[in-house]
Amino acid sequence: MTEHTVKAFDEDITRLRGLIAEMGGLAEVAIQESLHALVNGDADLARQVVERDRKLDTLESEVDKLAVRVLALRAPLADDLREIIAALKIAGVVERIGDYAKNIARRVGDVEDRKRFDPLTLLPVMGEVAAEMVHDVLTAYAARDPVLAREVIQRDERVDTFYDSIFRNLVSYMVENPATISSAAQLLFVARNIERIGDHATNVAEMVHYAATGEYPPDELR
Amino acid sequence: MVTEISENSPAKMRARDVSVYYGSKRAIDSVSIDIETDYVTSFIGPSGCGKSTFLRTLNRMNDTIPSARVEGAIELDGEDIYRSGMDVVQLRARVGMVFQRPNPFPKSIYENIAYGPKIHGLADGKDHLDQIVEKSLRRAGLWDEVKDRLSDSGTALSGGQQQRLCIARAIAVEPEVILMDEPCSALDPIATAKIEELIDELRGRYAIVIVTHSMQQAARVSQRTAFFHLGNLVEYGETSEIFTNPREERTKDYITGRYG
Repeated sequence: MTEHTVKAFDEDITRLRGLIAEMGGLAEVAIQESLHALVNGDADLARQVVERDRKLDTLESEVDKLAVRVLALRAPLADDLREIIAALKIAGVVERIGDYAKNIARRVGDVEDRKRFDPLTLLPVMGEVAAEMVHDVLTAYAARDPVLAREVIQRDERVDTFYDSIFRNLVSYMVENPATISSAAQLLFVARNIERIGDHATNVAEMVHYAATGEYPPDELR
Repeated sequence: MVTEISENSPAKMRARDVSVYYGSKRAIDSVSIDIETDYVTSFIGPSGCGKSTFLRTLNRMNDTIPSARVEGAIELDGEDIYRSGMDVVQLRARVGMVFQRPNPFPKSIYENIAYGPKIHGLADGKDHLDQIVEKSLRRAGLWDEVKDRLSDSGTALSGGQQQRLCIARAIAVEPEVILMDEPCSALDPIATAKIEELIDELRGRYAIVIVTHSMQQAARVSQRTAFFHLGNLVEYGETSEIFTNPREERTKDYITGRYG
């Protein structure tokens, strides 16, 4: 992309993009580590995930402040304007994704008798798909790549399929043995959280698409 | 070029394949555009892009430059304004103009407004002339500020007031189109806001075309924006589209500050 005549404008945008990228990286790691902690019953790792979420909150407010400053001082237009608005919204969504990962981490201590649950092997796989969506959608943002954004949107179906399958599986545990209900319910929430992460990554993909092209992706994708 | 001209639109003014030459230098290259009464149209573009030159072809102001030559057709209500026998003085009453620097006559506020209606024979006696002066000053949002000192010199007003006086003067001869060439470039932000508010109030009554260097001003006051570059009309469309999602790369580079 050609540079702005006013160089400081480019610096602001680069800084904004850097903050978003940093947030994305943290959210992606939080998803992976929260599931790692869940599978292994690793309370220390779970606590670290919860603590590190604060960093995401801080970064989000930094994005807010910088975006407002750029809007006020530089009056951006066209793709610049769309990009700043997208950054503002994406920061909010990525912060939410971090909250879901934190919520998964908080449930680590509440799941008992781990070996009993097959879904515990499925959840990390599902989580990996969602984490990759987050990773790729931020790559799409960084590269202003609408094709990759659309590809991420399509991938959400896989996350939904995982969710349906894990849901049925966990319900059958609860039906067969009421003693599992407490832990199985926790795992249901975990699956639900990952499913929401997929939805949020999809929302980000739509914003990336709009920022890059000025058009929302076609309805059949959404 | 991207444009939204429809062949059967009820345009107040229509330009078709207009080229303007200064001697052998072509300043405007085959521009076609419709100007409608319902909208304020802004012309934007870097210095030397031809936007002011094109504006001046709309009321034959370029006639005053000996080396200037205009090709193509410009119509006002379907009438070719460059046809031989066209009354240029009458044309400039129908297509009024407001300039970059306010240029009131060195006469009283009253005389500044009354002059046009008098020479065009629009006033039927002193009372009628008084009415025209009051109505024009009211429409220009200046009446309350000057009604008690109509005999003071127009040049004694502040810059912003002078510019509104010039707008009132243009309005006084009942024009159909008002051309404004950077009308706020010599004004402070408050005076600018007043002119912009005035432009919005006049919209629909007159076809208004404004040349501006301020992208934000074009965004604030106009519903249609035309982007000129190197004598070409690069893109013409809805202002909100031009500023959020321009279709042409050159438009985008200019409005986002990446030009040159």
